[in-house]
Amino acid sequence: MAAPRAFLRLGAREWNARARGIHSMSEPVTPDSSRKKRTLLQFLSDYFHDIHALREYLLRKQILKGNRKNRSFADIQEKYGPYVTGALFILKQGGAVKFQDKEWIRPNERGHFPTEFLEFRKVPVEAVDASGCAINYQGMSNLLPLKELRFLSLQCCPNVDDWCLSRLYLLADSLQELSLAGCPQVSERGLACLHHLQNLRRLDISDLPAVSHPGLTQILVEEMLPHCEVLGTDWAQGLKLEPDQQPQNTPSPVSP
Amino acid sequence: MSEFKKKIECILPGKQWEELYDTSHLPPKQSDVVIVGGGILGLSVAFWLKKLESRRGAIRVLVVEQDHTEHLAVVDAPLVDLRYNPSGCLLLASEKDAATLENNVKMQRQEGAKVCLISPEQLQNKFPWINTEGVALASYGMEDEGWFDAWSLLQGLRRKVQSMGVLLYQGEVTRFITSSGQMQTPSGEQVVLRRINEVHVKMDKSLEYQPVECAAVINAAGPWSGQVAELAGIGKGLPGTLQGTKLPVEPRKRYVHLWHCPQGPGLETPLVADISGVYFRREGLGSNYLGGYSPTEEEEPDPTNLEVDHDFFQNKVWPHLAQRVPSFKTLKVQRSWAGYYDYNTFDQNGVVGPHPLVVNMYFATGFSGHGLQHAPGIGRAVAEMVLDGQFNTIDMSPFLFTRFYLGEKLQAYNIL
Repeated sequence: MAAPRAFLRLGAREWNARARGIHSMSEPVTPDSSRKKRTLLQFLSDYFHDIHALREYLLRKQILKGNRKNRSFADIQEKYGPYVTGALFILKQGGAVKFQDKEWIRPNERGHFPTEFLEFRKVPVEAVDASGCAINYQGMSNLLPLKELRFLSLQCCPNVDDWCLSRLYLLADSLQELSLAGCPQVSERGLACLHHLQNLRRLDISDLPAVSHPGLTQILVEEMLPHCEVLGTDWAQGLKLEPDQQPQNTPSPVSP
Repeated sequence: MSEFKKKIECILPGKQWEELYDTSHLPPKQSDVVIVGGGILGLSVAFWLKKLESRRGAIRVLVVEQDHTEHLAVVDAPLVDLRYNPSGCLLLASEKDAATLENNVKMQRQEGAKVCLISPEQLQNKFPWINTEGVALASYGMEDEGWFDAWSLLQGLRRKVQSMGVLLYQGEVTRFITSSGQMQTPSGEQVVLRRINEVHVKMDKSLEYQPVECAAVINAAGPWSGQVAELAGIGKGLPGTLQGTKLPVEPRKRYVHLWHCPQGPGLETPLVADISGVYFRREGLGSNYLGGYSPTEEEEPDPTNLEVDHDFFQNKVWPHLAQRVPSFKTLKVQRSWAGYYDYNTFDQNGVVGPHPLVVNMYFATGFSGHGLQHAPGIGRAVAEMVLDGQFNTIDMSPFLFTRFYLGEKLQAYNIL
């Protein structure tokens, strides 16, 4: 993606709130969406069929653009092999990739990346950092042939949802670390299908806004994956301190 | 004063101009296609009709519902949350059904479904809470299999078809006005072919009705499809002839029970369908489970009401549950409810396509509990039949109405 990586790290919700107007046609319901200003096009589309058709066309184009980013690189896979294809896909999306015994390869701010990895046809990919990328269910098919993948980070990916998690069972033999922190569309229903990943040692499921009961979900996931360390919500989150439980350094008003 | 305002609004351009009284609550006088039934199948047919039409706004579609509540994206609306649980379905088979299950799985894998066969030992390792006694083989869906919230799908589809220009009205179809003509078959027989010209839609809680002129009628009325078909004169004739073949779809009552079991199976529980026909799945995060059982022909409950028979669970469902999952011995039923299946008494498989004698009535019904999973495909098939006159994507000719007359059952090789 051409946008700077720091911009993407802000998180999907703020990203949606910034890309308002003509570009955000169907957004998730956020508390401030009902109070947002309607754009001129939205106002006009209530009165004119042409503008309505134009907005529907723009919405379809947006969906098609997302699909094009996640197209299957099958022709490249025939020529270069599964590892190079997966790496190319991730680097084009804006993520980082690490081949076995080599350094991390990341695209710079302009989106350019070094192309020497095209030679590594037989070298397996062992770590993928796809944080903030627009990878979705179709795009996962480029990642799944990476059979020696040990570390996968899908932090703050706006299009990763429960359907994508159900495809991860193909990486069950090798995957040891998985991070899903901050993905807005992952819920506890998708986390239920992670039970196939029996080799998983670290799982990060913190800050998932679509999970209805984060504490209970963390307990159930820990029961489901007994050998895995699950990083979840902070236990004191949401607890308000009562007045008589103030920190100890305030002097007590009455001395015994 | 508001009556006067309404009258003035009627005269303004864009509104229905009715000299005598305000008719904005009635369905339109003309519509190209009238769909009887606004459930998942009816809305699916409406969706595909609007999607496959050759020009924007070419087909006027009206959906009449008696009781009313990427592809589905609508501008300015939040995305549909289907609450999809990708946990897969686990089908268990005994010795005598193992061969059928294996054949089914092979066929499903050929079509691209990601299912695999598991032996009882592997089953015990994967799901320690299960008792594998009597199980010879099991099939488990690894990917893209699970359950979802049908109500959200229905509401999302309603919203989408409304945004595509389909009119949704609440009312009851009480009469069809038909016209008939005589034709001769190549062998010289006289055949009476009928066309439906008008549909009378009666408004709820009143005697008012609106005659809607239409070109095609789609019968997607679910459990009441048989009654709607009789209104069109299907089945009025000598038994054994094509005129006398009724649409064999009738309502059947099925119960669903919700129970709580504190030490039950965990988060990874798939939808388990036991050998005995009992099925259950996890519901939410609080150790609640949902399940049911299809009764045999002799035990069929009375479909005239939706009352729940609680002894049915005690005697028929609980023993099998406790045998398969020992921790279910201590379960406690929270709620039960009943619903209707559009049960096809002939072969429990759906009817799709036109009627041979009433030429503009198309069926999309009779799937006996499997209508939801097939709805998008059937909707597309019926839309193609209406717009192009033939099935383009998938050939659904084994599902046509004529099989009832010819006596060819379309058997589904499932074990439930």
